[in-house]
Amino acid sequence: MPAPIRLRELIRTIRTARTQAEEREMIQKECAAIRSSFREEDNTYRCRNVAKLLYMHMLGYPAHFGQLECLKLIASQKFTDKRIGYLGAMLLLDERQDVHLLMTNCIKNDLNHSTQYVQGLALCTLGCMGSSEMCRDLAGEVEKLLKTSNSYLRKKAALCAVHVIRKVPELMEMFLPATKNLLSEKNHGVLHTSVVLLTEMCERSPDMLAHFRKLVPQLVRILKNLIMSGYSPEHDVSGISDPFLQVRILRLLRILGRSDDDSSEAMNDILAQVATNTETSKNVGNAILYETVLTIMDIKSESGLRVLAINILGRFLLNNDKNIRYVALTSLLKTVQTDHNAVQRHRSTIVDCLKDLDVSIKRRAMELSFALVNGNNIRGMMKELLYFLDSCDPEFKADCASGVFLAAEKYAPSKRWHIDTIMRVLTTAGSYVRDDSVPNLIQLITNSVEMHAYTVQRLYKALLDDISQQPLVQVASWCIGEYGDLLVSGQCEEEEPIQDEVLDVLEGLLVSNLSTPVTRGYSLTAIMKLSTRFTSVNRIKKVVSIYGSTSLILYCCNDPISSWISFNFHLTECPLSVCQTFQLQLLSPSSNVVPALNQGTVTQVIRVLNPQKQQLRMRIKLTYTLKGSPVQDLAEVNNFPPQSWQ
Amino acid sequence: MQFMLLFSRQGKLRLQKWYVPLCDKEKKKITRELVQTVLARKPKMCSFLEWRDLKIVYKRYASLYFCCAIEDQDNELITLEIIHRYVELLDKYFGSVCELDIIFNFEKAYFILDEFLLGGEAQETSKKNVLKAIEQADLLQEVTQECQTPPFTMKMNI
Repeated sequence: MPAPIRLRELIRTIRTARTQAEEREMIQKECAAIRSSFREEDNTYRCRNVAKLLYMHMLGYPAHFGQLECLKLIASQKFTDKRIGYLGAMLLLDERQDVHLLMTNCIKNDLNHSTQYVQGLALCTLGCMGSSEMCRDLAGEVEKLLKTSNSYLRKKAALCAVHVIRKVPELMEMFLPATKNLLSEKNHGVLHTSVVLLTEMCERSPDMLAHFRKLVPQLVRILKNLIMSGYSPEHDVSGISDPFLQVRILRLLRILGRSDDDSSEAMNDILAQVATNTETSKNVGNAILYETVLTIMDIKSESGLRVLAINILGRFLLNNDKNIRYVALTSLLKTVQTDHNAVQRHRSTIVDCLKDLDVSIKRRAMELSFALVNGNNIRGMMKELLYFLDSCDPEFKADCASGVFLAAEKYAPSKRWHIDTIMRVLTTAGSYVRDDSVPNLIQLITNSVEMHAYTVQRLYKALLDDISQQPLVQVASWCIGEYGDLLVSGQCEEEEPIQDEVLDVLEGLLVSNLSTPVTRGYSLTAIMKLSTRFTSVNRIKKVVSIYGSTSLILYCCNDPISSWISFNFHLTECPLSVCQTFQLQLLSPSSNVVPALNQGTVTQVIRVLNPQKQQLRMRIKLTYTLKGSPVQDLAEVNNFPPQSWQ
Repeated sequence: MQFMLLFSRQGKLRLQKWYVPLCDKEKKKITRELVQTVLARKPKMCSFLEWRDLKIVYKRYASLYFCCAIEDQDNELITLEIIHRYVELLDKYFGSVCELDIIFNFEKAYFILDEFLLGGEAQETSKKNVLKAIEQADLLQEVTQECQTPPFTMKMNI
């Protein structure tokens, strides 16, 4: 049998395929050859075949039949075999399959191998994909290697221990003795991985955290040496000595200094030093500054240091590099509650970021802007935020609208400004406001008694322009139903519409394709309410009779003065009516005719769902003609027995 | 770091390193989604994006995208340096590395990555030391091969 083709030859061949089908054919052919080679238990070419399989796996083809072969390679004595075998294991095996456990023994042996590169392979694989069972079995070996003087192995063992602890947290204790002298190492690799290990332990266990606090002075010293030491070519990145180690130490200091005054004090000077001396022209320096800021903000630092940190972030915001601006905004968002005043100083820069081209930056700038709104800056900020709402992508509109409503509610300088702001949101982003904003807005408008006329006039005008935005239409309908009398009575500043025009508009909503069933409910209710405020009662009755017999949801306001249900005997059945506090179901009346001369009664059952146990009140309006003249009779029922609603 | 992906501008995967246990199906789904998301980014956008509950840090070098998924408490800016360091290592090893080198020598790209990162964290911060270790391991590979190969056949490469 000819030797299987080489890996790179296979890659070359597969890349010549012009179509997906052609590629699949080549792959299938090669897989078949590999399969038969595996069946023959060919030791010589197993490595080559598995490597090819890994290539095909990366292209997306199944390679599970190579799993056991990886294990055989790992067990081989040839270094090449082990290298590919372990790579294959990391790519093809996962801890959900029992077959991975077969690796355990091999890894154990290799952890004790005479060649450090073999030990390295084993540590790497265990630290990358070791399952809990494997970790339990091999933790002892890892712990041994953590104490070796061979720095090549020690650094790997430290990270392997991190993985073991993540998989089996109970094993953390056994690594404690080995951590004793880790920070005395000169080797940067060991130092770095040791700091990672210590961080992991401190994050997981308050006891460990307390125990390792005593390392703060040593960590401070190491960090100081890194900053003060001269040029060290081996660890230098753009003039900074081992930025990776600096960042990890800063992160560990953060965890140690958090909620501990003494530790925080001990690291105060070094943090100030790093913050002021780190070169900011390249990303690497800014990475260190970023970590420093995070640490300063999280520990119990003195106020001068905190201001220093916020100012660094403020400078970041002006950086040309958008990545830096992004992390600045993220960090400021985290600190805006605790250091509000300091962040306020950078408000105008933050607002400028609303115009950034990057979506993530815009989002953060928006969140931060809302966090910075207060009674003093509301007018200016709202101007910017409304402008943003106008021009931003749809994905932002709902959140921005909600934010505007909230801010307006908290800090509105006047009722008129408040209503105007709401109007602006409804007209520019009306289809994006959340469903719950409609009842909230209605409540707000109800409470702004002196603004009723102004509000209903503006909303009516908005309806004339555009009936596509449902929340706007719903709020407007409701207002017209409530304050329609103010709309037509000349209490508005502009030319007032006449009753029929208003009814035209509301009826138009009922028939429009753009209106949702909810909107239709609002407009129908508004029309019904207008029967007490307008004189065109006949027209209203006609509309109600057409639409009232279909299933619609009626909306009412829970303001006792204006809450009432209007019904006449043409409404035969009305399904569940919903309002803010009650749900009503009107069943069919017992008859359409009330017998004369008190010879009988008509009853209609109304089922009331009253979860908030609000007091029941009913207003009844009767309209009839007597001897040719229309009569209206209003009655109120206020003496429902308490048992009916309590 | 939870995983690192290398892919071309056409979305072809060149390397995938996973530091969290996931089944093949999940990995494929994540890869597909993420590749699509990153390739859709415009040049003016920043190198970071939020995806699911992770932070994604990506950078393009020539025709290859290097994409890392890190956790909330990880430093995005230093992750960019990690990516850059890996590219430098590849560059030194292959001599002016290009995508084709990674395609034809993918196993070596993995070996280099595994000498630089372990379990998603940097194990060695000295460029020199990583390259030295790779060099030694490569030598070991050749030496043991020569011992095994019968004298009259050609030197075996995989």
